[in-house]
Amino acid sequence: MSKPKIGFYWCASCGGCEEAVVDLAEDILPVVEAVDIVFWPVALDFKRADVEAMPDNEMAVCFINGAIRTSEQEEMAQLLRAKSQLIVAFGSCSHMGGIPGLANQFVRTDILDRVYYDSQMVVNPDNIRPQEATAVNGDSLSLPSFDGAVRTLDQTVDVDYYLPGCSPPVALIVQAVTAILEGKLPDKGTVLAPDIALCDECSRKESKPDELSINKIRRPFEIEINQEDCLLAQGLPCLGAATRSGCGAACIEGNMPCTGCMGPTSRVSDFGAKALSGLASTITGEEEHDIARRLEQLVDPVGTFYRYSLPMSLLKGRAISDKGAKA
Amino acid sequence: MYSGTTDSEADGFSPRIVAFFCNWCTYTAADLAGTSRKTYAPNVRVVRLMCSGRIDPQFILKAFNQGADGVLIGGCHPGDCHYKEGNFKALKRSMLLQRMLEDLGIDGKRLRLEWISASEGEKVQRVINNMVSDLTQLGPLTLFPGTDGSFEGALQEASPMEHQMEVEQ
Ligand code: SF4
Ligand code: SF4
Ligand code: SF4
Ligand code: FES
Repeated sequence: MSKPKIGFYWCASCGGCEEAVVDLAEDILPVVEAVDIVFWPVALDFKRADVEAMPDNEMAVCFINGAIRTSEQEEMAQLLRAKSQLIVAFGSCSHMGGIPGLANQFVRTDILDRVYYDSQMVVNPDNIRPQEATAVNGDSLSLPSFDGAVRTLDQTVDVDYYLPGCSPPVALIVQAVTAILEGKLPDKGTVLAPDIALCDECSRKESKPDELSINKIRRPFEIEINQEDCLLAQGLPCLGAATRSGCGAACIEGNMPCTGCMGPTSRVSDFGAKALSGLASTITGEEEHDIARRLEQLVDPVGTFYRYSLPMSLLKGRAISDKGAKA
Repeated sequence: MYSGTTDSEADGFSPRIVAFFCNWCTYTAADLAGTSRKTYAPNVRVVRLMCSGRIDPQFILKAFNQGADGVLIGGCHPGDCHYKEGNFKALKRSMLLQRMLEDLGIDGKRLRLEWISASEGEKVQRVINNMVSDLTQLGPLTLFPGTDGSFEGALQEASPMEHQMEVEQ
């Protein structure tokens, strides 16, 4: 029997998810022996044409990392969907929109203006912009178009499973690949990580009080962080209570608060709203102005609560109607 | 009686408000306003909860996502909450949510929290009429393209980049 064929692809991504695959190190060897990697542009010399030449459903599974922002990424996602029996959204960007998804706070034209004209780092007196088609010596060169929104993979094509995390923890990748090879998969649409909150697997949970009361929200560089106590109890916005476990509380082990890369558990519909609710309730104060003053200490609520999930959220990005609202 | 008219209204815009009212106070007050014929604008869909502290910010975003132009929260006055601190939780959450909404381009007037006791039927009327007039002035809430899942607006906007090519001389 021939080995199952698998592929890896990246869209709007930082490369960290590709690195995670490489990080599998010796853990990847049994996988490599058990499968045929037929597409992995970062590491192996396969081209789009090779994928186009495949019959439909040729690949047992394709892992796609990165969000969707351009026409090319959308076309590749559709192509890989057609050629794969299973599509796994790999990493926070693909799962929830991730860091690139924060760009949904700005409209497309403002992003292009900023990047190609306004930025202090750019000298572009003729305001030259990239074109989708440019004539060069009688030939036409083309570039993908830049969409008006960042989308998650499942807002673009049908997705079978999700491997969460920025980047996904090695143990979860190995588990997922093993389950796929053994055909022991859970229901379609499952996030392949434990469905409990991160606080439950955090080594500091004993020091997390039942009724938290925070009178000052701090940023990590502002204090000397105690290495043993619950970070939230120290005033750092740690999102462990809203976040799915499965990373071994990696950031907390590094003495940094959880920023929520594993996303929500299955019981939450909007990660940011849930995380905001948890943090807001712990703030002390009887008078409105005291509460307001303490809440002001939280810099950048959108970046704090939707760091990885703005495109997946209920609002998806910045509303366009209220011109008067703060820019 | 609610009788003001504005430009937006002349254009046929009538805001939709989702109201989350605590059973023990504001909901009763709204009932009272009804029975004592203190008419308020008919733009409000009321959801009754056992305490304002039960309002999850996810409910509020869901309301906006489903087409609400504004969300009103009504709870017991400080000290009167039947579950002690529920109304304070509601206050803290809505204050932070309001700030985050503004960062996401949604005017703070679209989320309003009021303490209204069971006997203040007149306040229900006043708050609702006032909110309707604020929202009418703001106009309909238009969220980020794609909030309905289609991304139609956003992808259409991604027409060729040529229109960017006005060279500033
Ligand atoms: S999930 Fe994280 S590591 Fe993976 S591509 Fe996105 S930003 Fe990079
Ligand atoms: S809030 Fe953070 S530090 Fe505290 S128990 Fe939860 S994950 Fe651990
Ligand atoms: S602690 Fe939080 S942010 Fe860090 S890896 Fe785990 S889920 Fe991601
Ligand atoms: S019981 Fe009315 S706000 Fe808590």
